[in-house]
Amino acid sequence: MKRRLGVISAAMAGLLLAPAVGVAQETVKMGVSIPAATHGWTGGLNWHAQQAEKELEERYPTLDVVLVSASDAARQANDLEDLVSIHNIDALVILPFESAPLTDPVRQVKDQGKFVTVVDRGLTDPGIQDLYVAGNNPEMGQVSARYIEEKLGGEGKIVVLRGIPTVIDNQRVDAFMKEIEDSNIEVLGMEYANWNRDDGFRVMQDFLARFPEIDAVWAQDDDIALGVIEAVQQAGREDEMFILGGAGMKDIIRRVMDDDKLVPADVLYPPAMIAEAMEITARHLVEGEPIEKEYILEATLVTPENAEQYYYPDSPF
Amino acid sequence: MQSSAPDTARRPSAGLDLKVYGPFLALAALILLGVLVNPVFLSPGNIINVLTRTAFIGIIAVGMTFVITTGNIDLSVGSMAAFAAGVAIVAMNALAGPLGSGWAVVLAGVAVALAFSLAAGFLNGILVTKGRIEAFIVTLGTMGIFRSLVTYLADGGTLTLDSTIRATYRPVYYGGLFGISYPILLFFAVAAVGALIMYRTPFGRYCAAIGSNEDVARYSAIKVDRVKLLAFVFQGLCVALAVIVYVPRLGSASATTGLLWELEAIAAVIIGGTMLKGGHGRVWGTVAGAVILTLIDNILNLTGAISVYLNGAIQGVIIIVAVLLQRSGASRR
Repeated sequence: MKRRLGVISAAMAGLLLAPAVGVAQETVKMGVSIPAATHGWTGGLNWHAQQAEKELEERYPTLDVVLVSASDAARQANDLEDLVSIHNIDALVILPFESAPLTDPVRQVKDQGKFVTVVDRGLTDPGIQDLYVAGNNPEMGQVSARYIEEKLGGEGKIVVLRGIPTVIDNQRVDAFMKEIEDSNIEVLGMEYANWNRDDGFRVMQDFLARFPEIDAVWAQDDDIALGVIEAVQQAGREDEMFILGGAGMKDIIRRVMDDDKLVPADVLYPPAMIAEAMEITARHLVEGEPIEKEYILEATLVTPENAEQYYYPDSPF
Repeated sequence: MQSSAPDTARRPSAGLDLKVYGPFLALAALILLGVLVNPVFLSPGNIINVLTRTAFIGIIAVGMTFVITTGNIDLSVGSMAAFAAGVAIVAMNALAGPLGSGWAVVLAGVAVALAFSLAAGFLNGILVTKGRIEAFIVTLGTMGIFRSLVTYLADGGTLTLDSTIRATYRPVYYGGLFGISYPILLFFAVAAVGALIMYRTPFGRYCAAIGSNEDVARYSAIKVDRVKLLAFVFQGLCVALAVIVYVPRLGSASATTGLLWELEAIAAVIIGGTMLKGGHGRVWGTVAGAVILTLIDNILNLTGAISVYLNGAIQGVIIIVAVLLQRSGASRR
């Protein structure tokens, strides 16, 4: 490192005098690329990323974080080019919009010698990343299934509301179905509710009209769950069933804390994982702390006993 | 589906005017399909649910009928609804201190939603008429603007109405008269007033005249710009009314609120028999079109027979067939 610094300051000495002051410590630039806030979870993601940016820049004066958000995969690929060519980043932390289309753009960043951290959605070639931080989608489905099975005593009728047709949704649902395979739990119906409150409300209304007896609802996501809660209350059937969401939205965690019978638990899939990834990357870059190659966050079951520690009243999510 | 009825309808004097009755026939066919799929379909609970759900798109689509009749289009309605809902929620939460959580604060929220949507409609209208920009471009621009503003306002998350205000406001969506929910009543009131304006007032005739030939309308001393502007303002009013019954449903607004409502509203208008190029508005057809759109979704949710992956395809086919029925009938007259 010393030799490289020497080269840089030597090259600059002819042009400028000022940088000589700051030469004692090298500035590290970390680019962070995430999807724009298009639904509740990504909203939380953006909030946590901004918090982490502030916190890390305060803690490490030599660290500069550049945060960009994109509304689709193509724009995210453009962002990556800009991060490299305009901002000249040293490291990239990325939560890819979609796995396949972004694999090559990220590879190009890597080929230019940058440190790459991938968050949540894995690339199709895991050899590219230096660090992988993710929630565990199959485990989320599994934990949800186990909870519902246990709570129903191994038998009952449930309905499932799915997210947006994606790999994430498939992984969750497949693991869920596999887990309940050997039980006497019958899945009455399954429809997409697009991780969205309005759709959750609409789909649940129709499920309630269609099935006279429902013991539990797996909503998979807290935004959907909020729509489901309204539909169930409207039908006056809140004593008949319980609802299990997912993610860790503050409104839902609050209900779990308050011992709400309709929402007895929640399964975490925290948008805060972006903050974690940024922090690990920053620690490694600035302090040179050794890292593991993979950090998989657990899909923790939140119950009234432990809800308080997962409650972030200031987060928008 | 493979009915041979068109044979008789083809003759000029015989049978129905498919252009007028087409949407209602399609609606009847869809209701029949619903009953066959699941008898629950006709239960009063389900019917009330479906019509209440239709109210948002339906009310907006009535306004859209006027805009399209003048030969324009408004792509901003979904984003406008989201932003109006967001602004109303923020205003109500902020006013909860001085006004308490009773009806005063709800009325204030309603006033904010109305003021904002009327202003937004006026902005669209003035840019189209005085700015001389195509409505498609103007409203595409304002669509993006309103959508980002609501995202910004919500900090990327969700704006949630204070729960005590919500308790006061809630009956506006969930309550009703004689078992019919308020959103349905409002929907039909808006449609009735819309039909009255369209068919019985000079304004309605001016809209149609401008849509069929703007130059001729201008030479006939119709104040073209003013009529177009009013159509956009009326659209804004309809958005506000939809927002007023939407907010109490879930008490929240986010970046996904009202997403693609513009397309649904335009589809409802076209399924209802109004031509996209303007010149002829059919308000009751629009009502039927809006109900058809929600029914398709409802019927698909009531059956497990079709893979959920194919829902979009079924919707597409039904929409095209519904319009095909009336157009093929109309062209042979």
